[in-house]
Amino acid sequence: MTNTLDKFFTFLFYRKGLAIFLLLSPLLIWLGVVYLGSLFTLLIQSFFSIDSFSGVIKREFTLESYYDLFRQSTNWDIIIRTTTMAFTVTVVSAIIAFPIAYYMAMYAGPKLKPVLYLGVMLPLWSSYLVKVYSWKLIMVKEGILTWCLEELGLMHLLDVILSLPVIGGTSLSFSYIGMFLVFVYIWLPYMILPIQASLERIPKSLLEASSDLGGGPAQTFRKVVLPLAFPGVVAGSIFTFSLTLGDYIIPTIIGNSSYFIGMAVYTHQGTAGNIPLAAAFSMIPIIIMMVYLMIAKRLGAFDAL
Amino acid sequence: MPSKWNFGTIGLKLATTLGFLFIHIPIFIIIMYAFSTDEKTFQFPLPGFTLKWFGVAWERNDIWEAIILSSQVAFVSTFLAIVLGTLACLAVYRSKFFGREVISFLVILPIALPGIVTGISLRSAMSLFGIPFSTWTIVIAHATFCIVTVYNNVLARLRRSSHSMVEASMDLGANPWQTFRFVILPNIATALLAGGMLSFALSFDEVIVTTFTAGQQSTVPIWMLTEFIRPRQRPVTNVVAVFVILVTTLPILIAYYLTKEDEGGKK
Repeated sequence: MTNTLDKFFTFLFYRKGLAIFLLLSPLLIWLGVVYLGSLFTLLIQSFFSIDSFSGVIKREFTLESYYDLFRQSTNWDIIIRTTTMAFTVTVVSAIIAFPIAYYMAMYAGPKLKPVLYLGVMLPLWSSYLVKVYSWKLIMVKEGILTWCLEELGLMHLLDVILSLPVIGGTSLSFSYIGMFLVFVYIWLPYMILPIQASLERIPKSLLEASSDLGGGPAQTFRKVVLPLAFPGVVAGSIFTFSLTLGDYIIPTIIGNSSYFIGMAVYTHQGTAGNIPLAAAFSMIPIIIMMVYLMIAKRLGAFDAL
Repeated sequence: MPSKWNFGTIGLKLATTLGFLFIHIPIFIIIMYAFSTDEKTFQFPLPGFTLKWFGVAWERNDIWEAIILSSQVAFVSTFLAIVLGTLACLAVYRSKFFGREVISFLVILPIALPGIVTGISLRSAMSLFGIPFSTWTIVIAHATFCIVTVYNNVLARLRRSSHSMVEASMDLGANPWQTFRFVILPNIATALLAGGMLSFALSFDEVIVTTFTAGQQSTVPIWMLTEFIRPRQRPVTNVVAVFVILVTTLPILIAYYLTKEDEGGKK
């Protein structure tokens, strides 16, 4: 038996092409058939339609679902609301993440650096649901945030913020601001790490060269550091943008029950049983992400991943 | 750093400290709430501390069932991810002609696309082909997005280790299987373990894709989600949250130390 195996392996060793094919095929079959196949099925289903009387899915090519999707202004609202949220979360995450990443890459000593790195890794990987839930605890009316603000005498400030149109609400845990805070909190580590990695890769000699050539700190930062770190920012933005675009847990637990793309997809396929419409709806984040990834690739984000 | 680079260091330190507080405090708050005597609300300051809820959670069968299901799913999908990911890495790392970028893209796609897309497409495919929901449908879904952690870890290690060892082994008369078993495998062992740990944590925590592929069964995250939306015993949920923090945090710490040593040794 072992002998046959040995012979088989030796046989393969001299046929690199075949060996590579055999090693790759399990993965290709899995991702190609299971995953891409499913994505393709979804695409096909989005061209089916649902009989409005019987609720049965008609397996014939039609653009009805897409027509339904774009005809209703509420769906446009959902799409605009979700992308606006994803965009705002991305921009603010980048602004908060940059100084942190900068400090980690440029200032932290060899002892502090691994500690900081772990300090970002742990929240990134630790439970998503628990993190969302903890913000529910923090932001409810009787919770810790209210208590802190009362102790500091800043309650009226919160009231002013909550009374703002559109982004306000009855309490933080039922408002866009609350939802926004949670999104930024949850995805922030995904932004810090790629920026830190790209900053880390900037050769120190470049900074010295810039200063030797008479560039002041601000100039060096603007003309050397920022352009070199930018692919990292774009790489991080892929995560923050995509994850916000598809999330339906945060808008369900936090927020004022206005729909986001994820929730719409979930409701259409589950409660409403309208899989074609749900499928058409989920094409929107896919298309947005495809365009986004293409732009990101142009900007060199993939090398920064 | 030259001293003129110290402009705004204090501001930078402040921003970093605040950022770190922002990403860490909520986790401590939830741990604190697991010890609260308060049963109905999320009142702060806490009226008192107790260990009672840990006992109550221990007695609850539904929690145990969820934990068992989650562990089974995480183990099996991690195993599948290790097999698929490692084989692909061995094929990819030395060959330049093949569309390596395509493979990397394909592997990252299930986590790069929003979870809801992965979830609904797997679900729609399952329903189209009449596959009934079971533990296996969850495993299929989880293995799909777990591959990336193993793939990235092992590929990084293979690229860093020198190929001359493999050549030496073959020159000394070892056959390819022996070379794999005694040279390559020990070399990538910790990377495999690290990738596996991350994959386990990823699977144990995944909720969106699971919602679509689980049918009636509850993994731990699904159990928690149900409790958030229709709470029965809030303090018990907090206890489970602490448990989940532990289960997902420990593998990450282990994975970190496994890959860190490797970097130190190789340099």
